[in-house]
Amino acid sequence: MSAGIDLDNVVCDFGSFRAVDHVNVSIQPGEFFSFLGPSGCGKTTILRMISGFIEPTQGVIRIGGKDMRGQRPNQRPTALIFQNLALFPLMPVWENISFGLEVRGVDKAKRRARAEELLALVDLPGAGDKMISQLSGGQKQRVAIARALAVEPSVMLLDEPLSALDLKLRQNMRAELRAIQKRTGVTFVFITHDQGEALAMSDRVGVMSQGKLQQGANPRDIYNNPVNGFVASFVGENNVLTGGVSAPAAGFATMDTPHGRFRARIADGVSGTGVKLYVRPEHTAISDTAAPENSVPVTISEVAFEGNFIAVHAVSDSGMTFLSEIRNDGAATVPAIGSKLHVSFDPARAAILPDAASAKG
Amino acid sequence: MQEMMKRYGGALTAIILLLTTFWILVLLILPNLTMFESSFRPYLPVLDIGGPKDTYSLGNYMNIFGGEVPMSIFGIDVMVSARVKIFILTVFYSIVVTVIAFLLAYPLSFYLAKVVSPKSLPTLFLLLFVPLWVSEVLRSFAWYVILTLKGPLNGILMQIGLIEREIRWIEGYSPVVITLVYAYVLFMLFPLFNAMQSLDSNQIEAAEDLGSPWWRTHWRIILPHAKPGIASGAVMVFMLSAGSLLVPAIIGSTSGNWFTQTIQGVMLEEQNWNGGAAFAFLLLIVCTLIVVLAMRVFRVKLSDIAK
Repeated sequence: MSAGIDLDNVVCDFGSFRAVDHVNVSIQPGEFFSFLGPSGCGKTTILRMISGFIEPTQGVIRIGGKDMRGQRPNQRPTALIFQNLALFPLMPVWENISFGLEVRGVDKAKRRARAEELLALVDLPGAGDKMISQLSGGQKQRVAIARALAVEPSVMLLDEPLSALDLKLRQNMRAELRAIQKRTGVTFVFITHDQGEALAMSDRVGVMSQGKLQQGANPRDIYNNPVNGFVASFVGENNVLTGGVSAPAAGFATMDTPHGRFRARIADGVSGTGVKLYVRPEHTAISDTAAPENSVPVTISEVAFEGNFIAVHAVSDSGMTFLSEIRNDGAATVPAIGSKLHVSFDPARAAILPDAASAKG
Repeated sequence: MQEMMKRYGGALTAIILLLTTFWILVLLILPNLTMFESSFRPYLPVLDIGGPKDTYSLGNYMNIFGGEVPMSIFGIDVMVSARVKIFILTVFYSIVVTVIAFLLAYPLSFYLAKVVSPKSLPTLFLLLFVPLWVSEVLRSFAWYVILTLKGPLNGILMQIGLIEREIRWIEGYSPVVITLVYAYVLFMLFPLFNAMQSLDSNQIEAAEDLGSPWWRTHWRIILPHAKPGIASGAVMVFMLSAGSLLVPAIIGSTSGNWFTQTIQGVMLEEQNWNGGAAFAFLLLIVCTLIVVLAMRVFRVKLSDIAK
């Protein structure tokens, strides 16, 4: 039932503005794939190209191996869930859900029965005769999902559907969407600017910036092994050190910065001065004594106890502020503000990365 | 009220309220009440006014009957009075005007609200407005010129080969209908445009995404959403058409009299204001009933129209 999607060198221009720049990605049948990026990165354009509202300027989009060129949205095996849901306010819930079947000429009794089935699937049994305005935000969300599922699409496209919900509901809906996806086996393409959402829900995440797909990988690789500075800093927090690289060997290099000399993993093709080293706050350690390498003497300037972790701001003698997160395992000590300590990190947990793949590159 | 006092001060607020009250009461309600009252009194020589003959009756209203002429209503031949015939035709052709205005305004307002780029909207609206800068009298005369036997419309139609012989446009009710549609189509267009513009374009896209062909999207999504706009446009066009005097007076043929012309005849030619008032109220009452009935049939609430 579900189908894969291939984007083959897809380009989309709006006048002189290149919204999507040579994107190549193969989404597997039944996969939960998220496009993650800041607003204006081209992710919504990709979604609208897959659903057929925009034709690519160049390149081919295939769904289930079939070239979609010239196919209108109503001819494609996709169903789109809009950011504002776009439910039909003048129809009761069940007519909303069965609208796609009405279009296909299914008779009323069957439509009604199917709507009830789908309402049960999305955990809203008996809500068929309600009007859309009588539903809460989360319930509307479910109706939108049911409406899209009713046409038995091979591909579900979701355009930031959770962004309008409050935090608690959003977290519930994450799990629910994931469960519905597993139950139905339909390919889900999900658009979001919320990294937590993308990492928690997806089989794979495609991080986008300036129309380019920066990295497409599973959530662990996106977070642990970002391919460039954009991915590293868009997904999660980082301490960034700038300096000159020397002596790369076996994937590691030494970097000289105004704050000291550091050793870290290095990506291919990075060399010279002005390059950046990224290390995540939770990969740093704070200790009384200096570590043998990658260690900086600091003064603690700010401490925030967050419950499950302790966020520490520490300023080095050279003026750089390090952010360090210490996991609260119950025995962790909270460093005192003003105390002189050392920040250090494991070379294998830090990476020297190129900047983002730019629109030109 | 307090807000108004704060903003304009006591004196100005009093003036504004006074003028509004004066306008509504003295210029609107009182004349209508006087007309309504006099419509039930007979038309008498001045000396008899207030005398024993001056009693209330429905006589003026009954005057619409009398002087039977044949008429065919939906293929059934009946005998009705000449005035009733004109009355029925006026109401019927006002409905025709309303329907034609809707058929023209619907695609145009959809185009303006949802298709055209917002950048060119001011230009297009200007083009729609420009004709309104010309007086209605002139525009009606212009149609007279356009529709004459040897006029430009017949000329163009002959040139492009659509017709072989000139069509006699100024005959029966067609010139009145054409000119009324032209005069009042914008009253349909603007409420429709407003209604359609308030429709979230995502809903149109959602319908298409669910497989809906364009006509079904219009039937199930856009038309129901635009219903209040259609209703207020239709009420406006219908009432204005039925009450129009200028257009039928200028362009109407002898075989296409409007009921307003009958009223005018009674009032100004017979000098019978009582009788004219009765006919005017008859037209108002019947038209209002038709509007109420239409609103029932199409399930439109009064609050929808007022929006």
